[in-house]
Amino acid sequence: MLEVDDLVVRYGAATALDGVSLRIEQREMVALVGPNGAGKSTLLNTLSGILRPAAGRMRVEGRLAQVPEGRQLFPDLTVEDNLRLGAWRSGDRDPGRVYRLFPGLMRLRRHHAGTLSGGEQQMVAVGRALMSDPDILAVDELSLGLAPLVVADLVRHLRMLNEERGMAILLVEQNARLAFDICGRAYIIEAGRVVASGSCAELANSPEVQRAYLGGSTDEYEEYDESEESEETTR
Amino acid sequence: MSALLQYVISGLALGCTFALVGSGFVVIHRVTRVVNFAQGAFPVIAGLATASLLTRGLPHGAAELVAILLGGVIGLVVGVVAIGKPGTPPLASLVITLGLAIFAYAVEIIVWGDQPVSFPGLSGTVNVAGARIQQQYFLVIVVALVTFALLELFFGRTYLGKGLAACASNPYSARLVGISVTRMGLVAFALGGVLGGLAGVLVTPLQAVSFDSDVTLAINGFAAAIFGGLMRPMMALVGGLVLGVAEALVAGYYESAFQTEVALAIMLTLMVWQASRRSALEEA
Repeated sequence: MLEVDDLVVRYGAATALDGVSLRIEQREMVALVGPNGAGKSTLLNTLSGILRPAAGRMRVEGRLAQVPEGRQLFPDLTVEDNLRLGAWRSGDRDPGRVYRLFPGLMRLRRHHAGTLSGGEQQMVAVGRALMSDPDILAVDELSLGLAPLVVADLVRHLRMLNEERGMAILLVEQNARLAFDICGRAYIIEAGRVVASGSCAELANSPEVQRAYLGGSTDEYEEYDESEESEETTR
Repeated sequence: MSALLQYVISGLALGCTFALVGSGFVVIHRVTRVVNFAQGAFPVIAGLATASLLTRGLPHGAAELVAILLGGVIGLVVGVVAIGKPGTPPLASLVITLGLAIFAYAVEIIVWGDQPVSFPGLSGTVNVAGARIQQQYFLVIVVALVTFALLELFFGRTYLGKGLAACASNPYSARLVGISVTRMGLVAFALGGVLGGLAGVLVTPLQAVSFDSDVTLAINGFAAAIFGGLMRPMMALVGGLVLGVAEALVAGYYESAFQTEVALAIMLTLMVWQASRRSALEEA
């Protein structure tokens, strides 16, 4: 589906991606994990055609749509307009298929996107990407700033898109535990390079990965999970 | 009383032409973040071109239409030069438009000379409550209002209009969904040229234009556009009308030479007020 070989991307003199290679097969869910500034969003923006690589090759089979970090909606346009604009390239502008996936958006369709809660905005962002009928969905920081319950609901939708519609998914996450839970394989990227890759189960057992990304002990996430649960429901 | 009515109606008509020039500023600035200093050239060229086409025997209507379309083409050309190269910073584009505005002087003097040019608009007057008012004033007001209504429909209802609004709202996301921000910027420049051209065609029968009329038109248009913070076309209409009436009253009761000073004073007051409100918001 997606092949990236030795990709180099520079911002002026600074090298953001320094020879990154990765692969996504059909119907696969792959995680891209790494600290802030490692080059994850740079990679997605290059795949989306917004940044031009300085060297290397990439091949995308079919269409790739990105759900950008921080949602990046058109805040002063309505939810429906946000969705319809997602079909700029593809043609079918009827947002009915997104409303069937996220029925909650139907009732918000005339609201300005900027007035929605974080979780609703993330649904619009996913919906807007789906409007181009992509074969690969690249999701940048799905969980950022959202309560675990809301994240769990979005994850359920992504799983469904993957399992029922066969959509390949590239999930960029700082929350490595979440990413390993959802995906089959993962790449770990640091300072513009892939430093580790493999099945999520293998990676989760590697001591270095545990220390750097999973916070050492395994029950820490559970605690965090419960304490934050009710945050998103008020708006 | 009839003098007052006369001043108000002529002020509204003049204000409508400011609003049209101003909406061109707004449309271009919203999509590209560029303040188009060549905006005053569009009405001047359209006005001069209409006069030439009429003397060549083209009928009314056709001559105006050709001149308006010429405004659109010139708008597109200005856009290509100012923002055609992706990644040009808005400030650089602004300086380019300033250069093009001065270049337009040379072209206009070569083609049309340096004397003011006019042509007859709608002839005849209407009697309104004892005041005799030229029909051209009403034509200007009706055409401008219809244009603003169409502009609202275009941005609010059409897919292309939404695409332009998307570029204004979040250029990064616009690119993500596949909208070419540069191409949309060129559409905006062409539209700004059409709006400016329309203003020129309407205003020339009321006030003769020469190559340097662009300064007055651009200052008044910009002052109208500032009412909506250079972002809202409808506020440019409100701004234009306020400005037009204020200037007509000053010209009628005091001194017509103060017209531009009125525009400048209103514009500066608004800009200072908007800037202080913005910094107050940032401090809050």
